[in-house]
Amino acid sequence: MMSYVTKSPWIIHYDGSSCNGCDIEVLACLTPMYDVERFGIINTGNPKHADIFLLTGSVNEQNIPVIKQIYEQMPEPKVVVAIGICATSGGIFAECYNVQGGSDKVVPVDVYVPGCAARPEAIIDGVVKGLGVLAEKRAAMVKK
Amino acid sequence: MDRLTYIIVAVAAYLILAPLAGGLLAGVDRRITARMQGRVGPPILQPFYDVFKLFEKEGITVNKVQDFYIQCFLIFIVITGCFFFAGGDLLLIIFTLTLASIFLIVAAFSSNSPYAQIGAERELLQMMAYEPMVLITAIGFYLVYGTFNISDVVAGGGPAIVYLPGIFIGFVYILTIKLRKSPFDLSMSHHGHQELVKGLTTEFSGKTLALIEIAHWYENIFLMGFVYLFFAWSAPWSPILAVLICCIIYFLEIFIDNNEARVKWQLAINTSWIAAATLGFVNMLVLYFIVF
Amino acid sequence: MSTLFFLILFPLVVALALLVLKTDMARGVLVKAAAAVIAAGSVYLAWQYFGSNGDYFKFEGEYVTYIMMGLEIAIAGFIFVLGIKYKKYLASVLVAIQAPIMVWFELNVGHTIEVQSDLFIDKFSIIMALIIGVIGSLICVYALGYMKDFQHHHHDQKDRRPLFFFLLFLFLSAMFGIVFSNNLVWLYFFWEITTLCSFLLIGFTKTQEATNNAFRAIVMNLLGGFGFVLAIVYMGVTYQTIELNQLLAIGMMGYSVVIPAALLAFAGITKAAQMPFSSWLLGAMVAPTPVSALLHSSTMVKAGVYLIVKLAPVLGINPAGIMVMMVGGITFLLASFIAISQSNAKRVLAYSTVANLGLIVACAGIGTAAAVWAAIMLIIFHAVAKSLLFLCVGTAEHNIGSRDIEDMDGLFSRMPRVAIYMVVGICGMFLAPFGMLISKWAAMKAFVDSGNILLVMFIVFGSAATLFFWTKWLGKIMAIMARQENIESKVHTEEIFVLTTLAALTVLVCLMFPVLSAFVIVPYLTAVYATVSALAISSGNMYIMAAMLALIILLIIIGYGKTNKKIVPIYMAGVNTGDDLSYNGSIGQTVSVSLRNWYMESYFGEKKMNVIGNISTVAIMVGVFSLILGGVL
Repeated sequence: MMSYVTKSPWIIHYDGSSCNGCDIEVLACLTPMYDVERFGIINTGNPKHADIFLLTGSVNEQNIPVIKQIYEQMPEPKVVVAIGICATSGGIFAECYNVQGGSDKVVPVDVYVPGCAARPEAIIDGVVKGLGVLAEKRAAMVKK
Repeated sequence: MDRLTYIIVAVAAYLILAPLAGGLLAGVDRRITARMQGRVGPPILQPFYDVFKLFEKEGITVNKVQDFYIQCFLIFIVITGCFFFAGGDLLLIIFTLTLASIFLIVAAFSSNSPYAQIGAERELLQMMAYEPMVLITAIGFYLVYGTFNISDVVAGGGPAIVYLPGIFIGFVYILTIKLRKSPFDLSMSHHGHQELVKGLTTEFSGKTLALIEIAHWYENIFLMGFVYLFFAWSAPWSPILAVLICCIIYFLEIFIDNNEARVKWQLAINTSWIAAATLGFVNMLVLYFIVF
Repeated sequence: MSTLFFLILFPLVVALALLVLKTDMARGVLVKAAAAVIAAGSVYLAWQYFGSNGDYFKFEGEYVTYIMMGLEIAIAGFIFVLGIKYKKYLASVLVAIQAPIMVWFELNVGHTIEVQSDLFIDKFSIIMALIIGVIGSLICVYALGYMKDFQHHHHDQKDRRPLFFFLLFLFLSAMFGIVFSNNLVWLYFFWEITTLCSFLLIGFTKTQEATNNAFRAIVMNLLGGFGFVLAIVYMGVTYQTIELNQLLAIGMMGYSVVIPAALLAFAGITKAAQMPFSSWLLGAMVAPTPVSALLHSSTMVKAGVYLIVKLAPVLGINPAGIMVMMVGGITFLLASFIAISQSNAKRVLAYSTVANLGLIVACAGIGTAAAVWAAIMLIIFHAVAKSLLFLCVGTAEHNIGSRDIEDMDGLFSRMPRVAIYMVVGICGMFLAPFGMLISKWAAMKAFVDSGNILLVMFIVFGSAATLFFWTKWLGKIMAIMARQENIESKVHTEEIFVLTTLAALTVLVCLMFPVLSAFVIVPYLTAVYATVSALAISSGNMYIMAAMLALIILLIIIGYGKTNKKIVPIYMAGVNTGDDLSYNGSIGQTVSVSLRNWYMESYFGEKKMNVIGNISTVAIMVGVFSLILGGVL
């Protein structure tokens, strides 16, 4: 059975500690130039409505509970996509006293999109890769 | 076709076709909106994909009762539409619609979540804003045709718009609120926009959210039915004209949606009430001179 | 006729007995037994006269009139002295004018008039008797538990409960008198007794505020009483009759009865707390809650509208009718607006009462059969649902310590049963398919048919406001809050019993209303109007409404509160600390969430609305009365 999760991925975007470069690129994906709504992608702003969790920036002490809670509030099946090198590994902030590292220190990351900043094409590609994972997770849910 | 057969056919058609037409309308809406913004936009069937996806999601809820209220919301929206297309009493329809909307508001209130509650309060405010004009619309039809029964209204001698131009403009004005279009999408907004996280619907997810979406499809079709009433009469080609005008009005609403920024609640209630108190009042006054 | 006498006299006897009984135990037994007897008596009355289309009874014995006159003089003297004592001279002045006129009339004109029938019963008075007998006695039972708590809260004061229950039962007796009297002098006598009871009960707590409000109430009601006296005198002198049915008959034959009709309607308007007299009803909210439920929502204020509805056939398009419908319409609109700006539950209920009475008054003013149908339906539904709401608020107040709606957050979790009853009451007040909305629907149609476009505007805007203030309250109590202690076990059993019965009655009346309409109200209207054209709501739609209510009940039974979904915390601006009531803010501190309703003070402020309402209604009344007097002179 084909899963509809891949046809209507709604995202929520959270910025940890970053330079905002990747955030701007994420938003650029919504613009007419890239128009991710072509794929049914919507930026919801509400974890309870979202399927894909886009994380930008590194993880620090302050935002650990926030990231955890956003992740917990998303209903299954859900996928986490780490956008940019900071979210992937901590990037240039990795050595800071308060930075824990990449987002996989807190939540299970399914797709890594490195780059500084990650280009919109790369972000879209990452999300589309995430769709594959989403479909797998949905299939696993049905099996259960 | 006798009355009973007609009712059965109309209700069955509404039950089956309204969500299809409503979903398509939403798809076309998103497509046109995208084009107005210089984008390609999603597939026409995107609203259906969204709803099917929501049905596939895990079920979560913040309390044991909110889903019940949402189910009631859907049921009573559908009942409202059934009354409408079966040719029932206009006031009965408006009151049933109010009941349905109250279920939605109570569902949001029951979560005790800040965003949902502010959304619910705003939704309530919007209801207060449009309610007078909706009632005046029904009364306008009554003054023209001497009946609140829709079946008698559509069989009337001429299009109601001739007698109700002011009321029609007023109704289209508040229709923007009912269709949840900017500038009046205060309580929640659809898709790309965000307001109060997701306002009224913040705490609903998965199937429950899908039910709300489907209810809106049913509701939008029935609201277009209201527009239809203004242009329908006994002439055989009038339904075509009326449907055409419904399309134009919906396009107009999309146009307004994309050209107006969201306003403060004060402006929403002030202008809606002014519209009702001027357009509605003057139109009724003229009708009274004709009728009495 | 004996049943009528029984219903008037039995509560009186009980009242006197309650005055001497001092123990809780004896009072409890007597009140419960008497309430059962009165309720049974009114039901028996309904059964006995169910087939009648209006029976009139002549009462032999002029001595009754003299007893009444004696009592009236005693009451007048009592009020006069109290007025002097508390330096409220206006009250003293008013009784000093009123009482001598009445005595003069009795001695010079009254006894020369041959009264055909002093008492009567028809289907409308049966309905009123049922409201008084069933709802009234239920409230008396409720008062037992409530007053126990009340005494507990005011333990520094002397236990004055014997007086309290004496007044309640005296009031019931007088109310029965009002709805059974055809002789206007009798009606006036009972009318003044209810005014007196209301006065004493409002001032019951003896605080400065209570005393002031009590005097405000009595001054306004005495003004109405003055109008009543003038109407009686005018009728006696001009038409040689003091009977209500004669007045209506004269009016319906085509003779002008505008002057007495306007005067009586004026009396009704003061009693029903219409603008500009609405402030007395708001002030009356200082009284213990059972008083608010009994006198100031379900029965006494209904006496005012009862009289106006009785007059409906002679109202309509004449100065008296226009005065009544405009005052009612304006009151409905503005009182509904004001209710939005209130957060004190009892004040919301009071303004909603004023608004609904306004709607009833406006319907009666229109005077057509369809409008009167709506008016009587409104009386029934309002009496049941509003008394339920008052009592719910009373119970909630004694247990959560506040009558502010803002403090009723999550009442659903704290006092589930009371909250559910409150929800039933609120839905009963404004939502389809419950009764009030059906009546409002009929009223709307009657308004449209009357051709009065201003009234139409009043009702459409007023309905929108009604929707707003009830729903925001509804939302407040229906919010499910985590970690709330259930404190319901502290509620007295009497209170729960009465609330349950009233809630059941609210639903039952809504389910039964097509039957009620067909077998009670339509026959009454046929008797009054001879021809009853099509009703506002077709019987098909009535059954649809009843079916919808049945559907909702069914849905609740099937699906309410059942879910196998995972329950998760709510979404907040920061990290939800897990209790759904607070979150971690941006700089590490914990912020607790508090949600408040909208009051829109700048739109619907009490002061502003009252000024507008009082000026416009006074202008209408002055205009109409000067028009009438100008026509006479």
